[in-house]
Amino acid sequence: MHQPNTRPLTQSLLKETASQTAGPYVHIGLALDIAGLPPREEEIWNRLASDDARGERIELVGRVIDGNGDTVRDALLEAWQADADGEYQCRFDLQAPFNSFGRTAATVENDGEWTFSTVKPGAVALPDGRKMAPHVNLAVFARGVNVQLHTRLYFDDERDANDACPILNSVESPTRRRTLIAIREEAGEQRRYRFDIRLQGEGETVFFDF
Amino acid sequence: MPSNDNKHYVPRDRNWHPPAHAPGYKTTVARSPRQALVSLLSPTVSERAGPDFTRLRMGPHDNDLLLNFREDPALAGSAGLPIGERVIMFGRVVDQFGKPVPHTLVEMWQANAGGRYRHKKDRYLAPLDPNFGGVGRCLTDESGWYRFRTVKPGPYPWPNDVNSWRPAHIHVSVMGPSISTRLVTQMYFEGDPLIPLCPIVNTLRDPEAVETMIGRLDMANSRSMDCLAYRFDLVVRGELQTYFENQG
Repeated sequence: MHQPNTRPLTQSLLKETASQTAGPYVHIGLALDIAGLPPREEEIWNRLASDDARGERIELVGRVIDGNGDTVRDALLEAWQADADGEYQCRFDLQAPFNSFGRTAATVENDGEWTFSTVKPGAVALPDGRKMAPHVNLAVFARGVNVQLHTRLYFDDERDANDACPILNSVESPTRRRTLIAIREEAGEQRRYRFDIRLQGEGETVFFDF
Repeated sequence: MPSNDNKHYVPRDRNWHPPAHAPGYKTTVARSPRQALVSLLSPTVSERAGPDFTRLRMGPHDNDLLLNFREDPALAGSAGLPIGERVIMFGRVVDQFGKPVPHTLVEMWQANAGGRYRHKKDRYLAPLDPNFGGVGRCLTDESGWYRFRTVKPGPYPWPNDVNSWRPAHIHVSVMGPSISTRLVTQMYFEGDPLIPLCPIVNTLRDPEAVETMIGRLDMANSRSMDCLAYRFDLVVRGELQTYFENQG
């Protein structure tokens, strides 16, 4: 018989399976086209919004850069964002006009750039009525990254919303906060935001634990 | 997302997982953040929610690597089979409270029996297998079970120390109910003498943590005159309910 209330709570929990790097060949499993494999019936990829999706169509682009300043060419990213109304569409469905989840990878063709084609997310409400500025959660996987790194992409043309965002403000250093802001670029008719992720050193991107 | 409003997850134990900077695995040195992670004391709906893949359309052989790739598509499903030891890899996805995680996406990828990946960038001496691609995926069932059929991957050398070898391993990716539970790991095979020599395995500091990554030979689930079975259960972060709001 076991004496109740004696064992610390943590010992009654199973340990999480330990993480390992996704490695340089992650594409075989999660980005088949980049590996050179034929597509299956449906693939999870970098177009979150179809032409029918509500909201402002945007492109997100960037590079993942290591501590030497070199582009990480085997990086894979996962995006998670609200729709234009600030709601998460949790049911992934490629027949739906918008999906909150997508994947992309650094590609050889674009010199190590990744891209997402999506709509600008709306502000997301917190239970207390405050709002988080429009943002995209990004997870970074790569060779040499032992546990995926989580960051958030914010938009430089949302200054007021950014200034009021409780999560952005939880980053104490204003200098570091700036690493989370994507910069709008003119790219013809397409509205494009650039977001370089620096894994280490000067301008190191803020990564979150949650 | 009202259904997620009261959920949060048991914090990830960062001392259990490998540290970002683990110099024995050399690539981590320039790819590990130097700044501390910023802890979100109250994760928001953005972190609590996650994608549900029950509507993702999959093919009939997506979890059967013996059948799901042929270099010549005309031979798909034919008698030409990949070379190697036939194995079933199966297990259950549960959370830290032992609760099964149903209908979650499990993805895997691996080298062929010679230790060669079907990837543009892999140039290892071992040949490609015309009947083996190396990718699988499936959703867990009601009770959290998943299953793949494949061949046992071979070990292979890689540039780290002058003579580093990866033990036979299968990469495994699991989503779980939220982006907070997202986990990518590798399954190793019980008894492989290369496991304790591997710089990537050795990024872990706790030998008990290494044990969580080892698939166990399961004779009861092996098939006579057909294939061996390895059982690999996955534990993702436990989900908690918040009964009292601490705000306001």
